Amino acid sequence: MTADKTHTPRKTTRRQFITEASRGVCGTGLLGLGLAGYSKQSQSLAAQCLRPPGALTEEDFLAACVRCGLCVEACPYDTLKLGKIFEPVTTGTPYFDANVIPCEMCEDIPCQTACPTGAISPELESINDAKMGLAVLIDRETCLNTQGLRCDICHRVCPLIDEAITLEIERNSRTGHHAMFIPTVHSDKCTGCGKCEHACPLEEAAIKVLPREIAKGELGHHYRWGWIEKDKAGGSLIDEVLDLPDRLPGTK
Amino acid sequence: MKASVGAEAIATKGWLGAHKYLLLRRVSQLGILALFLIGPLFGVWVLKGNLSSSVLLDTVPMTDPFMLMQSIAAGHIPEITAVLGALIVAVFYFMVGGRFFCSWVCPVNVITDLAHWLRRKLKVRASTKLSRKTRFWVLAMSLVLPVVLGTMAWELINPVSLFHRGVIFGMGLGWIVLVGIFLFDLLLVEHGWCGHVCPLGAFYNLVGRYSPIKVSAYQREKCDKCMDCFTVCTEPHVLKMPLFGENKGYSPMIESADCTNCARCIDVCSQDVFKITTRLPIKAEVKQ
Ligand code: SF4
Ligand code: SF4
Ligand code: SF4
Ligand code: SF4
Repeated sequence: MTADKTHTPRKTTRRQFITEASRGVCGTGLLGLGLAGYSKQSQSLAAQCLRPPGALTEEDFLAACVRCGLCVEACPYDTLKLGKIFEPVTTGTPYFDANVIPCEMCEDIPCQTACPTGAISPELESINDAKMGLAVLIDRETCLNTQGLRCDICHRVCPLIDEAITLEIERNSRTGHHAMFIPTVHSDKCTGCGKCEHACPLEEAAIKVLPREIAKGELGHHYRWGWIEKDKAGGSLIDEVLDLPDRLPGTK
Repeated sequence: MKASVGAEAIATKGWLGAHKYLLLRRVSQLGILALFLIGPLFGVWVLKGNLSSSVLLDTVPMTDPFMLMQSIAAGHIPEITAVLGALIVAVFYFMVGGRFFCSWVCPVNVITDLAHWLRRKLKVRASTKLSRKTRFWVLAMSLVLPVVLGTMAWELINPVSLFHRGVIFGMGLGWIVLVGIFLFDLLLVEHGWCGHVCPLGAFYNLVGRYSPIKVSAYQREKCDKCMDCFTVCTEPHVLKMPLFGENKGYSPMIESADCTNCARCIDVCSQDVFKITTRLPIKAEVKQ
């Protein structure tokens, strides 16, 4: 066997060295730019993807989660999945699609216990305080209850029945003399577990759980609700309206 | 480049003897993967999680320190479990030689080894020259991007974590990245990924810089210059001085932190030039 040319110790000239090195540096720079672009794009979570209970806010979560899947393996219901590359959820991070398998709201929150980094925050003490998303009665044209029927399924499956979802009575204007029982979600209680969406009997659920950033509106920061401010102040914040004398018919 | 290497070694030591460490490495690489897999597949939980962070027998936490550094760079202060896990892993790889990870644990190594083997068989000669220092730039980039963007950008495509996670949790389109690496190594740059680009390799290079366990060309005077070790080595430049630098005063120990401690050079050498040593006893040997 003869010693091969490509493997005999080779002298690199200065020029060669500089070309090779600059190729490396430029390549790395380009790769970095591409990654920065891709990461900006992939930072928005798709509407059907929910984070595990107790997960930090999306931005912090992406900084914290090391994509280990310990939460996924800890979940007894196979709820959680890890996002794959090119999927609409950041590569390797855990999520669930409520329509496929909702969160069963384990009392001992095994996914949280398993998380080594705190991406699923240990600060969540009770699963009932989780805020994985927010259920929204997204289609009032197909929801059976909005047509005056008594489906009520989303209401009955809710682990926080009558707290997270209530049935609010409205007049049925179609029949004119019946009531409708509108499923109404309360954002301070809804955990976003997704059982309602999962259970909705329609072909496509009329109630859907969305990430809170998508589902919730946010008041302009300078806005105040007058009645709340009034309660806080213990009285009206503006001078009393001028009280004109009441003139009732028949009086002078 | 030689299509077949180690013919003399096979003749003197037998096929098994000339592939001992290669086989051990495959057993180690695939075995670790298997230990992670039997959990989700059969409910036998030895290792939970994946290489990014895992738990051994429900007690010992292990976290990829490079991954954790990216997380910290992105602005997260990790829980103690992850920090402890990263320390355990870092100390372990420091002891066994940092790039031990590359050759004995990393699943991507199987792909790049395959690419190199095929490269030899197909006699692919063309190789774009790329500086081996590139990986340190990539390492720097992968730690700077999180500071700027607040997210672990490198982990969007990191083939190492992607491959390992994919095998356990589902690959999706991840194979595209892996095929990309395979072709890059096969057609563009010889030892391209592991030897030039991978920041994890660069990271473990730094971790294992002063590791006690090293390969040594302790019988370099017996070397017959067949160059088989240069052909199989992923970092052939590390062999030059330990083998041929005696008159320049170089120690026979492969001191370069680029060496992956794969011990393939021991396998293919028919003259038994190499062996695995620790740093301290070799000094004693030199003194004799
Ligand atoms: S609370 Fe239970 S069901 Fe819900 S994600 Fe965590 S482990 Fe799974
Ligand atoms: S256990 Fe924590 S760090 Fe691991 S994938 Fe789940 S959320 Fe991320
Ligand atoms: S997601 Fe639906 S079922 Fe779950 S808490 Fe909210 S309203 Fe109830
Ligand atoms: S010098 Fe030997 S042990 Fe080190 S990387 Fe090369 S073949 Fe492997």
